[in-house]
Amino acid sequence: MRLSRRRRNRPPDDEQAQPELYDWEGSPDAGPDQYEADVPIPVVKLAGLGREYRSGEVTVPALVDVDLVIHAGEYVSVVGPSGSGKSTLLNVLGLLDHPTAGSYLLDGVEVSTLTEVDRTAVRGRSIGFVFQAFHLLSHRTVLENVALAMLYTGVPASERSARAADALESVGIGHRAAFQPTQLSGGERQRVAIARAIVSRPALLLADEPTGNLDSRTSDTVLGLVDELRDSGLTIIMITHDPAVAARADRSVRIRDGRLSEGVAA
Amino acid sequence: MTPTRLSLRDLLSEAVAGLAARPGRTALTVLGTVLGVSALVATVGIAQTAGNRIVGAFDQLEATSVVVSNEQPGFGASQIRVAFPADVEDRLGRLNGVQASGALGEVDIGDARVSAVKLDDPRGQNDFDIDVYAVTPGVLEAVKGTLRTGRWFDAGHDARADTVAVLGPGAAAALTIVRVDQQPVVFIGEQPFVVMGILADVDRQTKLLDAVIIPDGTARAAFGYRSATTVQVDVALGAADLIAGQAAVALRPNDPEQVRVSKPPSPGSLRNQVEVDVNFLFIILGGVSLLVGAIGIANVTLVSVLERIGEIGLRRAMGGRSRHIAAQFLVESTAMGVLGGIVGATIGVLAIVAVAAVRQWTPVLAPWIPVGAPLLGGLTGLLAGVYPAVRAASLEPVDALRSGT
Repeated sequence: MRLSRRRRNRPPDDEQAQPELYDWEGSPDAGPDQYEADVPIPVVKLAGLGREYRSGEVTVPALVDVDLVIHAGEYVSVVGPSGSGKSTLLNVLGLLDHPTAGSYLLDGVEVSTLTEVDRTAVRGRSIGFVFQAFHLLSHRTVLENVALAMLYTGVPASERSARAADALESVGIGHRAAFQPTQLSGGERQRVAIARAIVSRPALLLADEPTGNLDSRTSDTVLGLVDELRDSGLTIIMITHDPAVAARADRSVRIRDGRLSEGVAA
Repeated sequence: MTPTRLSLRDLLSEAVAGLAARPGRTALTVLGTVLGVSALVATVGIAQTAGNRIVGAFDQLEATSVVVSNEQPGFGASQIRVAFPADVEDRLGRLNGVQASGALGEVDIGDARVSAVKLDDPRGQNDFDIDVYAVTPGVLEAVKGTLRTGRWFDAGHDARADTVAVLGPGAAAALTIVRVDQQPVVFIGEQPFVVMGILADVDRQTKLLDAVIIPDGTARAAFGYRSATTVQVDVALGAADLIAGQAAVALRPNDPEQVRVSKPPSPGSLRNQVEVDVNFLFIILGGVSLLVGAIGIANVTLVSVLERIGEIGLRRAMGGRSRHIAAQFLVESTAMGVLGGIVGATIGVLAIVAVAAVRQWTPVLAPWIPVGAPLLGGLTGLLAGVYPAVRAASLEPVDALRSGT
């Protein structure tokens, strides 16, 4: 299987070649090595997952019977037209929303039945989000924006700045740490958002149209960064409607009318 | 998995950062609370200052006056219940806190009239119906009296029962006596009294102003006067309560309850009364402006919640629980209230000082007011923040992330 091939097969000197990249060894779940001896536990396992929205008498299915397995280190893109259920899938995967049917195992743990408090805890610690609109706090510095990801997860205040600075270095904009997001270009902002998403060392990175607000050249830089993250072993799910963006992933799944079909690899 | 948490320190620093992000708006929002709190502080402080001012004016006279009476209270002719001893001044003078004391009482002269010149005047324009008072020598000081001319009795006049008199200014005018150097004489009935002096004024027992005043001993000898009816005591400032308790025992050790002691109203109750009068309207005004301030904070916090929907969604995605979101907005609104309370208390205190300076008063303010004002402001902010915080906390993260930017 090709999922974590890059990570496993990479010679040590290859790792040396990426010194600025974030170190994933510290993450309890992201590193694939611990699964090498056993049957690997998938990071994401959706089985018969459904999500319905009810408005009055009418029930609108947004996701229908979705099955999806994503292993550690995989880079999967989800493509589909608008209104196809992409965002619902992302919300369910990100524990922002809860499914109405089926099961969702995250790192082998059933999370679809968790209480709101537990879902919030899993969301904060195990999932990194990258949004199309960046969602940076405009009145806080870049460093504070990145440190915000550690605010609720019990990281001691004394460690946050250093870790945030490391994360910024790893995405190549350490020199912008003291800037306000409004002083940055779109590409730089998205890199800050990516630094924020990875600073908590999540098991899963969810990116929702991360290049939707960027021009093609900066898109390329950001996607290059995502490639580097994948190379370092991070599990990534990217939602996009752009086939060219989707093509950079290891695997692409297609969603249409709430139904998922295993697409062709790019 | 252990629930996510937000330490108090992080909560405070996030709230401060949230407020500092929009300093102009924060300042304007705080303004309402500033107005309300400063109005309240200034109102209470000016009332206290004015109350203290009034008490201060009373201090000169009222607060240092203790009066003991042995008259039976009631309508009509008053009756003496028990006699005062003859040595009132000795007994009271030994009490610590008594500055001066003296006994006085009206002398019963029957139908006798007072005249300056003995004439058989059928038209009766020469003699007058003037009260005669018997006093002990200490009375002049005890009533804070001053003499216009001549001199006052001493213990010798009293002991010897000399037939001398001092006239109140009203009596002197009626009797057309203005000088005493020629030793004028007034007649009480048929009995002549040499006028020693004429009073200018008395601060207490103003009935003396229109009376002919003779020594206690003289009254006993000449008119069968038995006992004074009133003992006037001038006490040191602050000793009124103490002396009031001791005077009755000193004067009537066997049956102190037989005499009535009047003491000045305690300064505390007087001040309270003044404050209640002055405060009521202004406290209502201050309360209304504080309410307006609270509504202002509630409004702006609510707008802020709507504006920061994206931030709320982001925080939820980062592991913030709904209670963390609520706490952040509550702390922000409370902090605005506390800030308004501090600034308002400052402005209020300055206003009190300014008013006092203009009127040349001593500014007075209970210490708990400047301390309590920020608490009041904080409470206002806290209450104002409840609804916006609940709104913020009830936002679904999905909706928040979708609609916010």
